[in-house]
Amino acid sequence: MNNMELLEIKNLRKTFDGKEILKDINLSITGGKIIGLLGKNGAGKTTLIKLINDLLTPTDGEILINGKKIGVQTKKVVSYLPERTYLNKQMRVSEVIDYFSDFYDNFNADKAKRILEDLDLDTDSRLSKMSKGMQEKVQLVLVMSRSADLYILDEPLGGVDPATRDYILDTILSNFNENASVIISTHLISDIERILDEVIFIDKGRIILQSDADKLRKSENASIDEIFRRMFRC
Amino acid sequence: MEFTFDNNIPIYIQLLEYMKIYLISGVFKCGEKLPSVRELSGLFKVNPNTMQKALAELESTSLIYTERTYGKYVTEDRELIEKLKDEYANTLAKSYFEGMKRIGLGKADSIKYLEGIDE
Repeated sequence: MNNMELLEIKNLRKTFDGKEILKDINLSITGGKIIGLLGKNGAGKTTLIKLINDLLTPTDGEILINGKKIGVQTKKVVSYLPERTYLNKQMRVSEVIDYFSDFYDNFNADKAKRILEDLDLDTDSRLSKMSKGMQEKVQLVLVMSRSADLYILDEPLGGVDPATRDYILDTILSNFNENASVIISTHLISDIERILDEVIFIDKGRIILQSDADKLRKSENASIDEIFRRMFRC
Repeated sequence: MEFTFDNNIPIYIQLLEYMKIYLISGVFKCGEKLPSVRELSGLFKVNPNTMQKALAELESTSLIYTERTYGKYVTEDRELIEKLKDEYANTLAKSYFEGMKRIGLGKADSIKYLEGIDE
């Protein structure tokens, strides 16, 4: 296991139109872990994720990946599943695979094809012709088929049925390697908590807690979902 | 087989229970090599780190041991496994009698019911 800081965030702030969306975020994440970034809608999860992916610029503070400031070099080692798809839905699965192959040096097309084959998916079909659940699976498979150091999955379970959810969790588990880390952002905690090593609670733009998941269950005698609800009862 | 986990209890503790039952029931036999952490976490569909933690706990009670670089093995101490089996059997028996007591049946009657069960 790798104990060097994979992701380090120092005094990060982000404001939009004078409104502070993220307030003094400090985080450090090591390799080999699955981490839940948990917060209600509007807590700042997606903003934080976009900053880590260099899609937004920090107002203050810094983000380091493998000790380097974010930029072209760090983007190569971060594989990101956005909340909303950026793929052209008219594309066929085979075309998306080619697109990923062109775009990313570390994309393993054979691996993606193999996993998609197990899904009984016709790679000639267009994304637009597939169910929402199937589209989500395809995108996750693509993202997990890159050999990256950090996988960031923004709400990978949004609106999928329980069988699809289990498939997604298994895909995450069986494809993450021991040096990489996976950050999964979600507000659907109970669905995902059993696979998490660590949890980060975010609320109103602040990190409220970062802890080992099982330690937290043990000390509070409750599920992560329950602890979260207690803390943020509205 | 599908393994279910209760989110209210640390996952590694539940894995530890599953593993102990596998040891008691001989799914993993005395002196035998255990599957790798990867294989086991695949079997239970859990995070490999959590599996690793459960195995570390199992190792701390000497039920399994690590043969440097070769992997993990089940203890060769048959008595240790028997002792564990005995503990589990006692707990199960106690909880049976407690349940029967709650509906007003004593030990002798409870045993009669046990004898009446077809396997």
